[in-house]
Amino acid sequence: MRMRTLLIDDEQDFAWAVARRLAKRGVEVALAFDGKSGLEKLADEPFDVVVLDIRMPGMSGLEVLPRIKENHPLIEVVLLTAHASMESARAGMRLGAFDYLLKPCDFDTLLGKIREAARRKMKQEQRIQQAHSRRDDIAAGGENS
Amino acid sequence: MPDRQYYRSLHRSMAFTVVLVSLMPLALITLIGGYQYTEIYKGRVMAHLEEIVHKHEQNIDTYLLEKVGEIRVLADNMGVDCFLDEGKLENLHKSLMKRHGGGFVDLGLVNSYGIQVAYSGPFRLGLADYSQSVWFREVQKRTVYVSDVFLGLRGVPHFIIAVQFESEGKKWVLRTTIDFVAFNQLVENIHIGRTGLAFIINRRGEFQTKPRIDLSAEVPFLRELLQKATTDAREEGSFALKKARDMVVSTIAPNPLTGRETIFLSTPLKQGDWLLVYQQDSADAFSDLAQTRNLALVVLLIGVIAITFVAFYLSKRMVKRIIAADKEKEMMNEQVIEAGRLASLGELAAGIAHEINNPVAIMVEEAGWVQDLLAEGIDKNGNTDETKRALTQIRTQGARCREITHKLLSFARMIDPTTMELQLNELVEEIIGLSNQRTKYANVQVETELARDLPTIAASPSEMQQVLLNLVNNAVDAMEKEGGTLTITTKRDKDDVLMTVADTGCGIPRANMQRLFDPFFTTKPVGKGTGLGLSIIYGIVNKMKGEISVNSAVDVGTAFTVRIPSAAKTGVPSDENAEERG
Repeated sequence: MRMRTLLIDDEQDFAWAVARRLAKRGVEVALAFDGKSGLEKLADEPFDVVVLDIRMPGMSGLEVLPRIKENHPLIEVVLLTAHASMESARAGMRLGAFDYLLKPCDFDTLLGKIREAARRKMKQEQRIQQAHSRRDDIAAGGENS
Repeated sequence: MPDRQYYRSLHRSMAFTVVLVSLMPLALITLIGGYQYTEIYKGRVMAHLEEIVHKHEQNIDTYLLEKVGEIRVLADNMGVDCFLDEGKLENLHKSLMKRHGGGFVDLGLVNSYGIQVAYSGPFRLGLADYSQSVWFREVQKRTVYVSDVFLGLRGVPHFIIAVQFESEGKKWVLRTTIDFVAFNQLVENIHIGRTGLAFIINRRGEFQTKPRIDLSAEVPFLRELLQKATTDAREEGSFALKKARDMVVSTIAPNPLTGRETIFLSTPLKQGDWLLVYQQDSADAFSDLAQTRNLALVVLLIGVIAITFVAFYLSKRMVKRIIAADKEKEMMNEQVIEAGRLASLGELAAGIAHEINNPVAIMVEEAGWVQDLLAEGIDKNGNTDETKRALTQIRTQGARCREITHKLLSFARMIDPTTMELQLNELVEEIIGLSNQRTKYANVQVETELARDLPTIAASPSEMQQVLLNLVNNAVDAMEKEGGTLTITTKRDKDDVLMTVADTGCGIPRANMQRLFDPFFTTKPVGKGTGLGLSIIYGIVNKMKGEISVNSAVDVGTAFTVRIPSAAKTGVPSDENAEERG
């Protein structure tokens, strides 16, 4: 299963450390160090999962999230948040995030969440695919009759 | 805590105000109403008395004119022969006596030489010679004459009406004596109250009627009155004598006899020869008035006592309430400051935790990475170098954590409520360091303009921290949405230190300006802000004898300026002592 993941975090050393470990476990990882460049990367390449830090200078995670959901509704987003901002984590869930993790998080948990998210995305895509083909079948059947 | 003196003066001024405000209208109403009532009442009484005097004056004048008229009728119609005949004269006299009561005591005919040639009456006067009598001389001048009361030849008080008439070229005088007693009754009947009495005096101040009481001591005063009445009359013109209504002269003066204030009413009689005088003690005439006044005074007195009592009692209770409220407020204030302190410390702690979180997260990941590498085998291609890199990173991040905890420790060391000399600039730097994380994530640029020659201030470091921390937090909150610039300026202003914390945030609406420093006033959603920050700052700055002012425009920004007196101005206690010792 391909898991194309984009990690958006302003703390570069952290992002790199996580990316290295994810890559080791077969996850395809790209990095962005602020919300704006993250959105640009999303526009350029296809991704399955985005790991998004809420607290970022410039565009915050909560500002980036709705833009992602608007342009790429199928992409699942995992939020990283600090203890002090549970409120923002809840706000993120309302905005359609897949889940949230408290920073600093357990790496395996993060990996598990990314996998779950990727799986869900895949299911969604399959469902849409099925719906499309069914419609096509109906359309084709209509033509035949 | 305001002292007892303050509450006592509060009580006094409150009671005094209530008493003043309540008594003023009461006193004014009583005075004005009383004055008006007195004036009107006195006017009424005087008018009433004048009316009585006037009526009696008319009665007396009518009486006299009647008597004169009757004699004149006799003189005109009967002819001198009739009077010369003693029998006929006696008949006439008897008829007069019969039809007019006892008024006409006698009737006599006097020739032009003053010899009484005919007489009818009880005294048997015969040929009395009146040529030297005043009345005889006067009647020759005036034709008709009414004499003053005098004892006359017979030693009996009486007065004479004499009428001159002409018959067959000769001049005659028909005279009659009018009973003094009958006349006296006319005047004596004027008897009002306890002291009201009337009498008649002539120009020389001799009593023409007999007053109920001996008034001889009053004579000089009455003469004066007479003088005045006649001069008044003359001023109005001698022909105005009969304008009786205007002629009632009233005077209120101390009575020389009794020493009491007395009303005198006088009106001329007998064409100014006599004066009808009515006198009554003012107290007697206005006795109802005095009663009313006493009643009003009693009511006023009761009112004053009641108002004073209520005012003192109520204000005492009010002051008690105020004392209780002040005590409560005092306790509340302490709690509020404590709560605010905890709240701002909580905010600070959250910021610090966050700042530490990042290096910790990196360290955890790097350590995990090293574990991954170890599991893979350390001697694998490049794994040793990678492990070294990871360890260096862990060290770097660990150092970062240490830096943060050091900062926190130096901050914690300053949590000390005692006042000491401190340099505000250092504190500003410290706070900016601590707020680093917050400002960064809120897209806030921090700029400082710190004066190098800034004098030290005498303050508690923990309190000053609270002031700065709250101001910076507020500024960052105001710019949270769109970011901006936070500028902290310190400068010297004579002996004061001025510190301005300015932001380019959302600004404060005019409506909120007044309540800005009120405790618990907040525009943040429930659970976000305590509404205590600025009220605590206000309290602290006030305590330091400083001032805080705010300048704000919506969507432009807000600037809080704190003015704190320098340590040199306020003096740091320990330093002063050291100087004294030195």
